[in-house]
Amino acid sequence: MQLIADHIAHAYGPLPVLDDISFAVGPGEVVAIVGPSGCGKSTLLRILGGLEKPQAGRALVAGAPPSASLNPLTFVFQDFALLPWRTVEGNVRLVLEGHGLTQAAMDETVRDVLSRTRLTDFARTYPKQLSGGMRQRVGIARALAVRPALLLMDEPLSALDAQTRELLMDDLVELVSGDSAEALGMVYVTHNLDEAVRLADRILVLSRRPGRVRETVTITADRRARRSDDPGLVRRARELWELIRADAAEADRELADVETIDG
Amino acid sequence: MADVVHDLQASPAAASRPVVFRGGLFVPRTHRLIGFAALVALILLWQAASSLGWVSPVLAPSPGEVIDALWRMALSGELATHLSASLLRLAGGFAIGVTAGIAFGMAIGLSSLVRSPGATLVAALFPIPKIALLPLFILWFGIGESSKVATIAFGTFFPTVIATYGAVDNVDRSLVRMGRSFGLSSFAIISKIILPGALPGILSGLRIASSIGIVLLIAAEMIGANEGVGAMVLAAGNLMQSDRLLAGVVVLSLLGLAVSGLIGAIEKRLLAWR
Ligand SMILES: Nc1ncnc2c1ncn2[C@@H]1O[C@H](COP(=O)(O)OP(=O)(O)OP(=O)(O)O)[C@@H](O)[C@H]1O
Ligand SMILES: [Mg+2]
Repeated sequence: MQLIADHIAHAYGPLPVLDDISFAVGPGEVVAIVGPSGCGKSTLLRILGGLEKPQAGRALVAGAPPSASLNPLTFVFQDFALLPWRTVEGNVRLVLEGHGLTQAAMDETVRDVLSRTRLTDFARTYPKQLSGGMRQRVGIARALAVRPALLLMDEPLSALDAQTRELLMDDLVELVSGDSAEALGMVYVTHNLDEAVRLADRILVLSRRPGRVRETVTITADRRARRSDDPGLVRRARELWELIRADAAEADRELADVETIDG
Repeated sequence: MADVVHDLQASPAAASRPVVFRGGLFVPRTHRLIGFAALVALILLWQAASSLGWVSPVLAPSPGEVIDALWRMALSGELATHLSASLLRLAGGFAIGVTAGIAFGMAIGLSSLVRSPGATLVAALFPIPKIALLPLFILWFGIGESSKVATIAFGTFFPTVIATYGAVDNVDRSLVRMGRSFGLSSFAIISKIILPGALPGILSGLRIASSIGIVLLIAAEMIGANEGVGAMVLAAGNLMQSDRLLAGVVVLSLLGLAVSGLIGAIEKRLLAWR
């Protein structure tokens, strides 16, 4: 299945946030979206996932989702969005309930995704007993349980410390390293350019608000072979930073202005 | 590394002094035993004051006399009659008020259609001292049980509504968005995300509602009832039977404790995840 952004534009009241965004992402592909603060990255992701209606343009899907997919476009949230009153297992179960699955099928799926995210031993644990990295792994397990075609991730690692981020990044690389037509695709919004060059096939660099695609950077190196200290990748990250540096500073000043006016 | 440690150990020089301790304070600890002992001491003091003749037995009977009166009422079956009459009214009124309150509170919390008129109405009616409406309810429902139950229901309804919609408002919207993004039905979102998320707030609302319910119960029984703890306390006062009067008060405080203990147990069970 392919997800297509078709000339998407959006504004909140008088504030234009997105301008004419077009791209497509297919099976096994990772598109990272980077850009200065407030340029509309989260808005774009919500539009792509059907949580918000764009003012112009459309989010489209083409082709069939993976067999037995319960939720082709699935979010992984920055703040994890786990139910604190459900155990790890219960949180995964939440998204399987109401689909008419048999108990056995549900159990099987829960077992499978927990083992893929190395959470089997924590099935009965409540989220607050887990570390941040483990909580996000629960978020990922829950997303995998519904057999998505595409994961929509909004800064999934930004609430985590550097070591945990590094470990989870390895997990994410494994997730999207299949080649079949049913392989998982990903739209990955991030502030972190190192994450973008580590994970993405293509990086969409958005301009400051209203966000439009300034540049599309392609990275061809085999994802599994990429190392975060690889000189080539470090250079790509630096280039990206040069691209958005002026914009980011400007965006920062604008935000500060807004805050002073409000205050 | 070892050198650094060595240096530090070697250096506590003449001029060094300990960092001023600024932790602690304003963190009171609870000692069950001390609390209980204070209560016992107070009762003993009261008993002593009575025995020594410092206070008139008519105005303030001794703890022993009060317990004696309580025992006699229990044996004669009088206590059971009054208590069961009170409990029935309280349970009936509370059940109606709280059920309606939770339902209405959820509606205000979830529907923009209900919200504005509902919240305004609640804000306008909440400050009415509900006991003032008892005469009206007597006009509508007669002097019997219904008017008392209605007063309690009405009085417990408002705090429940307010607590419920406040609790629903406070449920983390990112959880709701998560539910929607996974395609959960509205019913599933309400029953699996909003209701459990609002439960702590609803339960603390029930605590407030239950104490208001007991106040209204006694007031209503004092205004017009032959049976019930409130009626018994009033009758004892009219006959200057202060031992029976205080026995009734003791029963009421035990009732309050029991109700709050019950809600506490429910909280403990349903909110174990906290
Ligand atoms: N629901 C909303 N109503 C009004 N304005 C909004 C809303 N959501 C976002 N905005 C504004 O739209 C702009 C883009 O927001 P968005 O969250 O999409 O940016 P972002 O690129 O994800 O920012 P960040 O990098 O800080 O996460 C911001 O200026 C924000 O204040
Ligand atoms: Mg964002």
